[in-house]
Amino acid sequence: MENSLTQYLDLLDSHLATIDSKAPALFNALRPTAIETLRNAGRFPRTGDEDVPNANPAQMFAPDYGINIDRRPIPADVAASFRCDVPNVSTLTAIVVGDTFHPTSTLLHNLPQGLTVMSLARAAAEHPQLVEPYLNKLAADSSASAALNTALLQDGVLIHAARGVRVDKAVQIVSIFSTQAPMLAVRRILVVAEEGSSVRVLLCDHSQRNDVDYMSSQVVEAFVGQGASVELYDVEESSARTRRMSETFVRQERDSSFVSVGCSLCGGDTANSVSLDLAGEGAETELNALVIAAGERHIDNRIRLAHCAPHCRSRQLFKYALFDNARGAFGGKVVVAEGAVRTDAAQTNRNLLIGDQSTMHSAPQLEIYCDDVKASHGATTGQLDERALFYMQSRGIPREEARRMLVQAFMMDVADTIRLDALRDRMRLLVEKRLGGDAAASCSECSACK
Amino acid sequence: MAENNNTPPVGGDYKYGFTSDIPTDYIPHGLSEEVVRLISRKKDEPEWLLQFRLDAYNYWKTLEMPRWAHLDIPPIDYQDIIYYAAPKQKKAPGSLDEVDPALLDTFNRLGIPLEEQKALSGMAVDAVMDSVSVKTTHREKLAELGIIFCSFSEAVKQYPDLVRKYLGKVVSYRDNFFAALNSAVFSDGSFVYIPKGVRCPMELSTYFRINASGTGQFERTLIVADDDAYVSYLEGCTAPMRDENQLHAAIVEIIVEERAEVKYSTVQNWYAGDAEGRGGVYNFVTKRGLCRGDYSKLYWTQVETGSAITWKYPSCILKGEGSVGEFYSVAVTNNRQQADTGTKMIHIGRNSRSTIVSKGISAGHSQNSYRGLVKVAPAAEGVRNYTQCDSLLLSDTCGAHTFPYIDVRNPTAIVEHEATTSKISEEQIFYCNQRGIPTEEAVGLIVNGYAKEVMNKLPMEFAVEAQKLLSITLENSVG
Repeated sequence: MENSLTQYLDLLDSHLATIDSKAPALFNALRPTAIETLRNAGRFPRTGDEDVPNANPAQMFAPDYGINIDRRPIPADVAASFRCDVPNVSTLTAIVVGDTFHPTSTLLHNLPQGLTVMSLARAAAEHPQLVEPYLNKLAADSSASAALNTALLQDGVLIHAARGVRVDKAVQIVSIFSTQAPMLAVRRILVVAEEGSSVRVLLCDHSQRNDVDYMSSQVVEAFVGQGASVELYDVEESSARTRRMSETFVRQERDSSFVSVGCSLCGGDTANSVSLDLAGEGAETELNALVIAAGERHIDNRIRLAHCAPHCRSRQLFKYALFDNARGAFGGKVVVAEGAVRTDAAQTNRNLLIGDQSTMHSAPQLEIYCDDVKASHGATTGQLDERALFYMQSRGIPREEARRMLVQAFMMDVADTIRLDALRDRMRLLVEKRLGGDAAASCSECSACK
Repeated sequence: MAENNNTPPVGGDYKYGFTSDIPTDYIPHGLSEEVVRLISRKKDEPEWLLQFRLDAYNYWKTLEMPRWAHLDIPPIDYQDIIYYAAPKQKKAPGSLDEVDPALLDTFNRLGIPLEEQKALSGMAVDAVMDSVSVKTTHREKLAELGIIFCSFSEAVKQYPDLVRKYLGKVVSYRDNFFAALNSAVFSDGSFVYIPKGVRCPMELSTYFRINASGTGQFERTLIVADDDAYVSYLEGCTAPMRDENQLHAAIVEIIVEERAEVKYSTVQNWYAGDAEGRGGVYNFVTKRGLCRGDYSKLYWTQVETGSAITWKYPSCILKGEGSVGEFYSVAVTNNRQQADTGTKMIHIGRNSRSTIVSKGISAGHSQNSYRGLVKVAPAAEGVRNYTQCDSLLLSDTCGAHTFPYIDVRNPTAIVEHEATTSKISEEQIFYCNQRGIPTEEAVGLIVNGYAKEVMNKLPMEFAVEAQKLLSITLENSVG
């Protein structure tokens, strides 16, 4: 197979000046190291490499996408995306069209004191002190795809909560693909929650066309300060031709809390990864995800969770329902470092294989270098319980209906971990509709939003 | 490498080159095509076997030592190993007085009979214990049933067709680095053939033979159970084996035909090096069984307490319909020992089932990993797997790791995996102390309870010794 990284290296070689000219100096300073990392990597990981069981980064990056390095304005039907607006949840919303940040008026007028939500490029120019100490500090050198994100970085989103600022309203970032030509969007989100603050972030992915190849390269870096709390909800409802490579990096300080719930409902091949360091004593973290996949879709979730300090607690719950020929993969590594005493770590991965050709690859891993710990993991792959189906059928529920109800119940465990009430209700509804309709429906055809 | 005492005298001897009249029973250091040919010639092997060795050697040359295991392996100089040493006259101790008292102490506590103690410490076995006649009586009995149980070289000479039919069919020489190495230079091993419908009346063991013929570091075992046959095979022994060879790269191949059943039990207690991690055996073994026939069964049971580094994954290829694979393992590491062990269950046949129970115990500064694969092929309908792997940590400087891979390509499969890691709680120790059981004994008690599920799968006479062995291995590790 042709090396899909070459086209990006060529682009960086020939157009570096253009990229630099449309981005703040702070980003440009990061580029040389990122390009160096890319060169050293030589290629994207591909199926067959260790830890790459299904979704194939080399293939995902292969098509000839356009990249908006000139920062030309991209027209988008913003109103259409509001079909997906979550009812009854009042959010501070920003729209990212392609990879350009557009604040909405609610955001501009209702931003509470101490909370900053703005274009990362603008922030880098106007408030470098909010960006410089954090940007790329966690993502650097972690993977070829993260390095590419940094090398092409021109804009993104900064969410910054100052010390002690607690905001209940969720910050919603709606990312939209709308171009007629294939496009790769470099999405970058930097979340900084300073000591004692709390912030909720809702990320929504949409594609307004389902006949064009899109690729989203997303890097999220989250810094959770001492006693701070960050909730990150990530809802993917795009099209079958929208590929997504999302890498989330988190660092938690003492007594902090982090919750992440990922919902993969519609979309193309998806590779999500979370790399999280519990760096301060007494920190807690919860990583959950639900995946409903159909057609030929591949979905990967990779977790690397490091317990580096004593008395930390982590919970993980990953559930997959795979229809048709869908392929799922889960790789979860929990590392308990020496000295991280009284660690309490639990990881659960449950998978339903519903389609005749569906496959699942699961690798829950524990690496433990400390004795005073409680660590467990469990993984199951199987089908719906025949007895439960029979029970429901014997009470007059048609088999298909019974199946749908059971899958829905299976998925609700994860939806229930969403702490934002309105979003939780919304997710329940979306899961129900997703399972009720054609399992392969893409966002633009989905009736749920209309 | 610790085998410097095997070094051929420097100078002089090489001038004769590799002629057949090399008068010594060792060959020079290093590995080359000549050495492979020489080994084959010395063993008077047929042409096809030489070709097999050469193919393996040529393939091995193209490989690099794998690095994926969670092990820290010091570099191994493959040209500094002597690949063939015929049973040579060791300087045998004249009486037990000359044997290392520490070794004798261990023998006593394991409850090994005096006569066996002499045999195990390398005294001339025939003189003290009539093992030859024991072996012969057993052999006659087995021969009556048509069972073949002999050394690998003997099998090559007497049953070349059988050996040729099965050799390398489960573990190809292309399988991995160490399998290729073993296939090129294997010294000897065991061959077992159980004919159709025969139930082997006794536990077959390599116990006596290893001492008699010193099969050395590149062992090769081939077990074939024909339709409806049954055999239980024991490998190794509970006594600490002082061995000067550092690298052991063995291959075990098992073929199970229709409705046949093979039980393979290992107790491995090779020299683990001293408390600082100096010396000790590297145990890099490829063990695999093929459940070829429908409703065939293969059970692996292993108790791993020795070796400085263990790298082994006894596996089952469940090809027959309704075939069953089971893996029960206790792996104990102490001091600076490292173990990366587990199993692979490859489900190809419909309705095949597998069970994995792995118990890891780490103490001291050791690193203990479970690595397992459960794979369900697309055509394997109705597969069932249950995996449980538990780790027990006995010190704050050791490591316990779990690396399971679950690959399900058929939606009718049900695969479950569970793993826990914990330490012995202070409450448990306190409870025992309260009832007058000292801490050390309490740990032994709790560890034995923890490992019981696996120990119960061992043949009776082994189980008793293995339990004592567990306690002894973990001595002085409480704290």
